[in-house]
Amino acid sequence: MEIFYSILPDLIRMVVCAVCGAAIVFGNALVMGYAERKLAGHIMLRPGPMEVGFHGVYQLVVDGLKLMGKQLVVPKNADRPLFMLAPLLAFAPVFVPLLVIPFSDKIQGFDLDIGLLVILALASINLLAILIGGWSSNNKYSLFGAFRAVSQNVAYEIPMLLSLLSIIFMTNTFSLKGVVAAQSPVWFIVIQPLAFLIYLVAIVAETNRAPFDLPEAESELTAGFHTEYAGMSFSLFVLGEYANMFIVCSVATVFFLGGSSGIPLPYFEYSGIIWFLLKVYLLMFFLIWIRWTYPRTRFDQLMNFCWKYLIPFSLVNLIITVVMVKLL
Amino acid sequence: MIVYRYLAEVLFYALVCLTFAGGIMAVRSKMLMHAVLGLAATLFGVAGLYFHLGSPFLAMMQILIYVGAVCIIIVLGVMLGNTPDQLAAKNLTGRSLPLALLACATGFISLFVATISRTEFSPAKEKVGDMSIEFVGENLLLQYCLAFELISVILLTAIIGAIILARGGREGKTS
Repeated sequence: MEIFYSILPDLIRMVVCAVCGAAIVFGNALVMGYAERKLAGHIMLRPGPMEVGFHGVYQLVVDGLKLMGKQLVVPKNADRPLFMLAPLLAFAPVFVPLLVIPFSDKIQGFDLDIGLLVILALASINLLAILIGGWSSNNKYSLFGAFRAVSQNVAYEIPMLLSLLSIIFMTNTFSLKGVVAAQSPVWFIVIQPLAFLIYLVAIVAETNRAPFDLPEAESELTAGFHTEYAGMSFSLFVLGEYANMFIVCSVATVFFLGGSSGIPLPYFEYSGIIWFLLKVYLLMFFLIWIRWTYPRTRFDQLMNFCWKYLIPFSLVNLIITVVMVKLL
Repeated sequence: MIVYRYLAEVLFYALVCLTFAGGIMAVRSKMLMHAVLGLAATLFGVAGLYFHLGSPFLAMMQILIYVGAVCIIIVLGVMLGNTPDQLAAKNLTGRSLPLALLACATGFISLFVATISRTEFSPAKEKVGDMSIEFVGENLLLQYCLAFELISVILLTAIIGAIILARGGREGKTS
């Protein structure tokens, strides 16, 4: 019994972190699914979902129930174990980065000194999942989608890392809390506007969203890497995608928009989380907005844009930052 | 605190199992994709072992670097390798099997006699001090600077070599 009491605080912490992580992943998917369909509708001058509940607010709940009731179809010539593994691999790693994100100065799972590396390392597993799913479906469209995802993500990871690295040079820490603390007078978006722009473009490509949604370009590849997936195995991919969007937008908020800093609300100790979520969902709104506004790019344009513009610009930005940090 | 000790033990053996299972899968499986995924499992296991040894930095770098690398190997493997219906044929059949076993056994026994049996396996000295990124960075760039720079020279050579090898194939195709 004594042993039990000695590990009880850690145990409670773990349980709370796990429950909150799951709540964020699923709640975020519900909100984003509804917001995406509604915003897409209004951008295209149509109402979007209207039938279930007031202005269709329960649409996603009904959709979820429908997806859970569907049969999990495995294609005849697919590689069965890998086909089942891929959605799990896309979904499971998104919980870990949520542990290190500082939602406010008091709400954070663990403050690691390698916080950023944890996020980047686990985000890259998503790519492996896409590749496994695309290959094991034994479908040419899936395979094309997976290949495009790999070449796109590997390329856009570089400007993303370089733009974050210039912030790291200024703050001298990988800890997300440390980065937030370093922007107490001015947010880094003011000092590093170029890095912010590069990061913003890179995350659109990293999350495989239009105008860079080549891996699932529906006019060319049916549905890309998840063509053969049905029911919950498909929705695990979608849940993973929305959670990844949340994570990359949180990183943008932490690195460029001052994290949870904002006007402190009266009588509320944890008011930082309100500002944090507000900034994150503003960025997500921006991502939805450009997804439904711009047409898809061609693949060679996408790669040229990364290798010929984003990477040189982010390198120059990094060098200037390093020189300035050294001089000042 | 004894609970943590047991948990760490269990975790250690689980990671060792993952590493070995991945290695065996990488060597034994007939399909290239499965072999590369076995390699990925091994690399994850090694990353977990780094974590177990108290260096989360190394573990995260291992995952960050090797997952991307594994993806690229898979892409190249699918583009250059066989389709699933032409699986790699076994070449260990008939008379070659005992010969192969003999060759392996000879190599292993001679190695065992020559080196392994004479080696004293003492556990590494426990390194006290913080394993923070600052510590790793200072050591890499001050004390072990030469090794660090030599590794980067090797990488540079590999990149230049790859470019030279690949350039021949693209002549006349660039527009």
